Amino acid sequence: MRVMAQMAMVMNLDKCIGCHTCSVTCKQVWTNKSGAEHIWFNNVETRPGQGYPRTYEDQERWKGGWTLNKRGQLKLKAGGRLKNLATIFAAPYLPGIKDYYEPWTYDYENLTTAPAQQNMPVARPKSLLTGENTKVTGSSNWDDDLAGSVEHGHNDPILRKVSDKIKFEYEQAFMFYLPRICEHCLNPSCVASCPTGAIYKREEDGIVLVDQDRCRGWRQCVTGCPYKKMYFNHKTGKVEKCTFCYPRIEVGQPTICSETCVGRLRYLGLMLYDADRVLEAASTPDEHGLYEAQRSVFLDPNDPEVVREALAAGIPEDWIAAARRSPIWALINTYKVALPLHPEYRTMPMVWYIPPLSPVVDAVSETGEDGERQENLFAAIDRLRIPIEYLAELFTAGDTGPVDIVLRKLAAMRSYMRDINMGWETNESIAESVGMTGQEIKDMYRLLAIAKYEERYVIPPAHYEDAHKLENVATECSLDVDGGPGMGGMDVSFAEHPARGGGTAVPDRPEGVRINLLNWDGTGTPDGLFPDSTDASAPSGSVGGP
Amino acid sequence: MDGILDLFLWLIFPYIALTIFVLGHAWRYMYDKFGWTSRSSQMYEGDILRWANPMFHFGILAVFLGHVMGLGIPKAWTDAVGVSEGMYHFMAISIGAIAGVFTIVGFIGLVYRRRFTKAVMGATTVMDKIMYLFLGVVILLGLMNTASQVVGEYNYREGVSIWFRSIFYFNPQPELMVGAPLSFQLHAITAIALFALWPFTRLVHVFTAPLGYVFRPYVLYRTRDAHEGSRARRRGWDKVDTIPRRR
Repeated sequence: MRVMAQMAMVMNLDKCIGCHTCSVTCKQVWTNKSGAEHIWFNNVETRPGQGYPRTYEDQERWKGGWTLNKRGQLKLKAGGRLKNLATIFAAPYLPGIKDYYEPWTYDYENLTTAPAQQNMPVARPKSLLTGENTKVTGSSNWDDDLAGSVEHGHNDPILRKVSDKIKFEYEQAFMFYLPRICEHCLNPSCVASCPTGAIYKREEDGIVLVDQDRCRGWRQCVTGCPYKKMYFNHKTGKVEKCTFCYPRIEVGQPTICSETCVGRLRYLGLMLYDADRVLEAASTPDEHGLYEAQRSVFLDPNDPEVVREALAAGIPEDWIAAARRSPIWALINTYKVALPLHPEYRTMPMVWYIPPLSPVVDAVSETGEDGERQENLFAAIDRLRIPIEYLAELFTAGDTGPVDIVLRKLAAMRSYMRDINMGWETNESIAESVGMTGQEIKDMYRLLAIAKYEERYVIPPAHYEDAHKLENVATECSLDVDGGPGMGGMDVSFAEHPARGGGTAVPDRPEGVRINLLNWDGTGTPDGLFPDSTDASAPSGSVGGP
Repeated sequence: MDGILDLFLWLIFPYIALTIFVLGHAWRYMYDKFGWTSRSSQMYEGDILRWANPMFHFGILAVFLGHVMGLGIPKAWTDAVGVSEGMYHFMAISIGAIAGVFTIVGFIGLVYRRRFTKAVMGATTVMDKIMYLFLGVVILLGLMNTASQVVGEYNYREGVSIWFRSIFYFNPQPELMVGAPLSFQLHAITAIALFALWPFTRLVHVFTAPLGYVFRPYVLYRTRDAHEGSRARRRGWDKVDTIPRRR
């Protein structure tokens, strides 16, 4: 047994309203720069839809992830090491900029400099690649809310597997949002594809990063990643990817996408796993077995044997304690409502999803029936095969069994809690029908519906805080170079916990010199924004949270 | 012939270029690892690149091996293993010609797409253009030299090759180049100039060809300690972290 810790995420899709706040804030923090226009570490897709980059899930075309060879061993779908090197001069399965979108801006200057004329001057779109007038024909969320689905919906690779009969008519459509970041896989095919060895998985927390100094821009990882979350920066000639906001995670803060999520649908926490068993699990012959195989790799942080091994492996005690409180462990293992995205890619992804029940509820409600009654919901789950098969293609390699069970649990929770909230008699048979107790349902409800910041994000800080305090220097980011994904790095005051307002005030900050609105939780006034007229000698620090 | 000019061209200039080549790469590797990339433009344009780029690269790799044979291995060695002059000559011309044609056709394809695909042209730096010019001239002259061997009398293995090796023995024999045909002289000079430009162009990617990929494990782990990450810098010398801008 080789215990390793992995920082992981679960997203509750029922709560996603498709507002793209996660994408926008992530973009602002990491990829708001020239050459990275098409790079969205976090993007939100409307499903059914083609996704971003378009049809990325069609692995017969893009050759991402792993597959099994004739002897049942794992190999990269795009080909082995020698083929990888032989095709290095022209990567055969690489998405072009057109598969993302041609970045553009607008000729705003024309609005102020245009001479007097009969028609209003307009700001024409200009391509950022050629500088010429362009026609905007796509972007990362061009098919938002099923826009254009009558024309393009049939291109969804998942839908093609499920049914060719589905109609994109308004009253028949089912729809949900799928926010996506890098999966920080246990068996990452991007790392395996990198000829240089510039991509690595961090031993401490499993975050997958690209060493910008070692990346040589061969782009094999772009092909290798089945989720197409490796992005080539066309200006720097290097590949960039979601960093799981590691500078924030290291000081115990959630990622930007989680922090700013309006629906509060993201959960962060540790998972302990047995690194020795990853390869075996990823090589499970039956694709339907991959979900359970991955679950079997995870280790129970309450098991004394696991704890002993974890300590022997150098995992700190407070990390093991955090793994016990991990909401990820609860959702994946205790309640078993979270499922991995595309386990059939065999990369052992570590951003999991609670499939949405709302399409089912909506379908029941539209018929005029009671959309929160357990019998109606269960009947609908049995009947609505296309949405459920679609979800199964996303989360369980097409096996509808686990999706059925998860949706039933969510439906049961809905009915059971409705009885409580309405002051009606609770019906324990509802809980029993999904193999749970009433208390378990209530606990799950608490985690899914009202869990507070500290319960949703259980992030033990990395163990080098003391080194910082000793030398009292600013936390810097090695990617903080011109054109690198850091671009400005993290302010030291970032280290303060914005929600708890804990920690010590940041000393020695000259007042009014730097303003960090990211650190502002909305209460009071941010430091340095206004001159302090009352007490100039008071130490400046972070604004206290609730 | 002017003695001073010959001395400069075939003795001083090669050593200057060699020095720039070695120190330039060391400097670039130390201070601009971030800029060390081929800056692929495949995202902008893939149709021509798909055939032209492998053609050029495999061609030029063969050309490189040909130069290792022709310049690096003394005639006496090939004679010793029983390769007759005629046989060597035939091999050099035939394989050289095929590799040369591959290289130049690929090169033309690449330059064409660079010039006429607007996005690719937009991503082309001044240094790129200078490099392409020199590279193109070197390749063209080299192909001419190979062709001239079909009818020509000049045996470069008794002239240019010995001069080339003499540079590295630090016992240079510039007089051997003085007697070489003009096209050989021009090929050598432009090539030497290209080597001096090399560290400052995208050509640096040649020296990080990822051959280690064949031998390493698939999944790599690194501890936070192995790199800087968000750690505080250690006491002592400050790292120079001003990355020179490329344009």
